[in-house]
Amino acid sequence: MNQKQIFELIEKFEESNLSELKVETEGFKIKLKSANTIPVVTAAPVAIPPAAYQQPITAVPSEAAAAAAVEVSGNNEIITSPIVGSFYRAPATDAPPFVEEGSQIQTGDSICIIEAMKIMNKLEAEFPCEIVKILAENGQMVEYGAPLFEVRRK
Amino acid sequence: MRNIIRSLLIANRGEIAVRIIRTCQEMGLRTVAVYSQADADALHVRMADQAVCIGPPSSADSYLNQNALLTAAMSTGCDAIHPGVGFLSENADFAAAVQESGLVFIGAEASTIRQLGDKIQAKKTAKAAGLPLIPGSEGPIENVDDAIKTAEKIGTPLIVKAAAGGGGRGMRIIRNPVELEENIRIASAEALSFFSDGTIFLERYLENPRHVEVQVLSDGKGEVIYLGERDCSVQRNYQKLLEESPSTAVNSKLRETMKKDVVRLFRKLKYAGAATVEFLVENNHHYFMEVNTRVQVEHPVTELTTGVDIIREQILACSEGRMDITQNSVKINGYALETRINALTPGKVSAFEAPGGPFVRTDTFLYPGCSVSPHYDSMVAKVIIWAPDRKTGLSRMSRALKEIRIEGISTNIEEQLTILESPQFRSGRFSTSLYGEIMS
Repeated sequence: MNQKQIFELIEKFEESNLSELKVETEGFKIKLKSANTIPVVTAAPVAIPPAAYQQPITAVPSEAAAAAAVEVSGNNEIITSPIVGSFYRAPATDAPPFVEEGSQIQTGDSICIIEAMKIMNKLEAEFPCEIVKILAENGQMVEYGAPLFEVRRK
Repeated sequence: MRNIIRSLLIANRGEIAVRIIRTCQEMGLRTVAVYSQADADALHVRMADQAVCIGPPSSADSYLNQNALLTAAMSTGCDAIHPGVGFLSENADFAAAVQESGLVFIGAEASTIRQLGDKIQAKKTAKAAGLPLIPGSEGPIENVDDAIKTAEKIGTPLIVKAAAGGGGRGMRIIRNPVELEENIRIASAEALSFFSDGTIFLERYLENPRHVEVQVLSDGKGEVIYLGERDCSVQRNYQKLLEESPSTAVNSKLRETMKKDVVRLFRKLKYAGAATVEFLVENNHHYFMEVNTRVQVEHPVTELTTGVDIIREQILACSEGRMDITQNSVKINGYALETRINALTPGKVSAFEAPGGPFVRTDTFLYPGCSVSPHYDSMVAKVIIWAPDRKTGLSRMSRALKEIRIEGISTNIEEQLTILESPQFRSGRFSTSLYGEIMS
């Protein structure tokens, strides 16, 4: 196996959900082990109108550097930001927030908006859960992978 | 263009991001770094005043993610973006998007990048400014008949190139006219798949050229400052390994001609910032190859022979439309050489010590305990030396390369020493095929 193939293997390994991979050929042995053990869940973002500006946003791998800094109690999970932008809890300044701490959420419910390049990207819950804690301030800039909500899966 | 900037976002990573941050600190500019998840502990992140995570490890989703970069710049109150080298540094759409967002792009105008990024357009622009071209089709090859006619005119060997090409991709050498038809089709298909543009052109293939480039800085109003040449003939698969100035293949008469050519071209372009014109040199003749509308990895070579901080002047030229230097204030002095240190394996760097001593500079993102990610370019450090003459300089570089300590990953240092100490390189008489000759 040459250097290029090893690099490719590492890339493919990191993209996969595997935690360990062993390859053995004649005269060659390689073992890859994932360093990622933090359970992080991400929400699927959905761009909302104006329709002309709608653009797809790729799904986020379940590995977030920023989320590692947050302490999670018990089996709770963290929903992180899939893009860089401004975090908004409500669809408009005079509208009520999408969720509060203690809200019970169904799959597909809107939970917040991340504004990036004047486009409002609505985040929807990927699974039913309870919002345990809101981790970002309204209007705050959030990085890719920044923790937004601590949730308890139902 | 008179924008005094206060905060600058560096849309890059690695040693070039570190390099840019250092100059910003000296200029009193606030710096914002961006990083992918793979770079959370990177040196540029630690050194900047603020850092924003912009995406997952893959470059396409992070360092090439234009929306994330622009959003990060605007939400951290930056008024300019420096694209560094590689990534989006020669992307006309990004340059335009930065300006449309009301920010200063520390690079060329979008229209200039478009004009010079297409190799056929660039050749036309250079020809109009009176620069010598390699004999060739001078325009796109439309069909096989066209190719045969051109081939008869310029003779073999020939090289087929992609108009949108770079890094050796889409290039094919033709030694026998009967191979022409087949190769034209393959090259065009290759160009289409790599660059989404199948436009190709033909050129005479030079067998033993030197790669010599000329560095300029320009204020956007027609003031063009010439900073001498760099010889980048030591290459492996079109990737530069060692760069030196002055070139041993350029005599004073040729140097003067190249200088006049480049200054004339850039006066015409009303260019702002740093740029390089690449030439092939063979038998005391220079042939225009292409223009790079950005700083280059090897810019420190010129910084050492001129004493000019190229990044500083580039920032001033692109933001305020002025520079702190004039042609008369620049004195080109002595000899400089850069060696690129590339990682051969990714991993954790357990120990790192940069070489010291007189006239030795190391640009790197390494520190003990840092990680070299498999996701990005393999270059981890550049060692640059200055000396009054080439002979002293080569000894100094050998000494520096023996002094540098990088543990935990394997690098190409031994290979670089082999090239450096080879009789061919030391003689100063070699061509772009040097690497193959020494390593075969």
